[in-house]
Amino acid sequence: MIQTENLTKQFHNMLAVDHLTINIKEGEVFGFLGPNGAGKTTTVRMLTALIGPSQGTARVGGYQLGKDDKLIRQSVGLLTETPGLYDNLSAEYNLQIYADLYGVKNPKGQVEKYLRMLGLWERRFDSAGTFSKGMKQKLAIARALLHEPPMLFLDEPTAGIDPEAARLVRDFITELRKEGRTIFLCTHNLDEADHLCDRIGVFKTRLLVMDTPEQLRKQLFGRKIVFHLNKMEPSLAKNVEKLPFIHEVQAIENKLVITLDDPETHNPEIVRQLVGLGIDIQFIGELRHSLEDVYFQLVRSA
Amino acid sequence: MKKIKTILKKEWKEVFKNRMVLFSVVFLPLILTAIPLGILIGLGNDTAISATDAEMPEQFNAFCPPSLQGGECFQVFMISQFMVMFMLVPLAIPATIAAYSIVGEKSNRSLEPLLATPISTSELLIGKSLAAVIPAVLATFAAFAIFVVGSWIIVSNQQLFLALIDARWLLAILVVGPLMALMAVMVSVMVSSRVNDPRAAEQISMVVILPVLAVFFGQVSGIFIVNSKFVLLSALVLTGIDLVLVYMAVRLFQRETILTRWK
Repeated sequence: MIQTENLTKQFHNMLAVDHLTINIKEGEVFGFLGPNGAGKTTTVRMLTALIGPSQGTARVGGYQLGKDDKLIRQSVGLLTETPGLYDNLSAEYNLQIYADLYGVKNPKGQVEKYLRMLGLWERRFDSAGTFSKGMKQKLAIARALLHEPPMLFLDEPTAGIDPEAARLVRDFITELRKEGRTIFLCTHNLDEADHLCDRIGVFKTRLLVMDTPEQLRKQLFGRKIVFHLNKMEPSLAKNVEKLPFIHEVQAIENKLVITLDDPETHNPEIVRQLVGLGIDIQFIGELRHSLEDVYFQLVRSA
Repeated sequence: MKKIKTILKKEWKEVFKNRMVLFSVVFLPLILTAIPLGILIGLGNDTAISATDAEMPEQFNAFCPPSLQGGECFQVFMISQFMVMFMLVPLAIPATIAAYSIVGEKSNRSLEPLLATPISTSELLIGKSLAAVIPAVLATFAAFAIFVVGSWIIVSNQQLFLALIDARWLLAILVVGPLMALMAVMVSVMVSSRVNDPRAAEQISMVVILPVLAVFFGQVSGIFIVNSKFVLLSALVLTGIDLVLVYMAVRLFQRETILTRWK
């Protein structure tokens, strides 16, 4: 659905995006993570045909960037970093303008549909300026969806809004995903990315890594299994470490934290080994690294 | 065309909610119409005022139609001064509207979502320009029409009336006015690219009124007279200036430039 090849953007002496190559499948929710100033917004602006690349190519929804820009803009919905609403105009009229600009066939119906869907129908005649941050964000999301675009670019959709509104927005993104829309999600909220995204790209001028959140954890940290034992012996860690499939063993109080690639296959052997050494196993669990750990590991080493 | 209409409607709905804009569109033309009418009422048909008493510039004496007497010539002279001031209307109104419309949108960060729609930048620029030019031109025409009707009622001498509303002023209002309005909008677009406060943009854009003030003081001090030739020459020069300014504004009003270089 979205393919880029060596997409590059240079502003005078500053390289904002460096040879970005990605392939986002139809219906996929792709999380685009990176620190401030990493070039995420520049990437979104290129992919939504707002600015042109300095080098490289991209196809968005089958359309060629640079040739079919108007068609690209027609087929994507963009939620910008700030809602950018007309504060003096009513919520309904804010959407009406965009319905007209996108050439929506049933503008009134579409405006009503999304105002109702996002719980803003009762406030449709109120000026957008009187809305809370969360309501403004919802109105901006409605605006991005009016023309039913198959692809959505969401730049920080839950930034600066209260937890309740953020949850509503996240639930809404989940609904959009169920409808089969392709979503390009820029976010700083790593928990959000972990829950919503099929794949994640960590970006800092160039793409550092791209995979599913689970694979990223695995690649960077391996999988860590925690064995809670009835007692701890000094030689236990060394004995277990001898097993060929184990990368690392840490003994912490009555726990052994074992790093390995394939616990489903090798856990029974570890259990046998421990029982053979006269140890009782009370509980086994997996220690999950947060996406935040993955993110910091990547960004700091970049 | 539909998209231009959408932008036009949106601009008017938004911009006329601003009191500053409303004031400049409604009151400025009214004030600049009321002053010359007030002068005509004040002077009445007092033919006792001689040209020499009024200390009119010499060139103007020659310019005053022979059928008019000294006092009437004085009225023509006075009204001529204010007709120059009247040309502020097609400059000030669009500069104010365009400043609020473009810088307002810029500071509100609503330009990016707007540019993300399939609208072309030329459609957007035309929509925004027309939103500023049309009210200015209509206000100028309406105010001039009020002045024409008012002076027809006030002035009993038909010769004097025709001297007041002669071809040069018709040319000035109907041709030079819209050209001036276009110039003011294009200057505002350029100023808007560098300024983030609508009031600052409005004040800087007001630099376009300086030539009118120069003409006003030039005529008052007798350096020159605004005659038909002068108005015609102004129209030609303004056409050239407008072409250059439109070219520059179009170059500046591009998606990438707006998003990456407008500060």
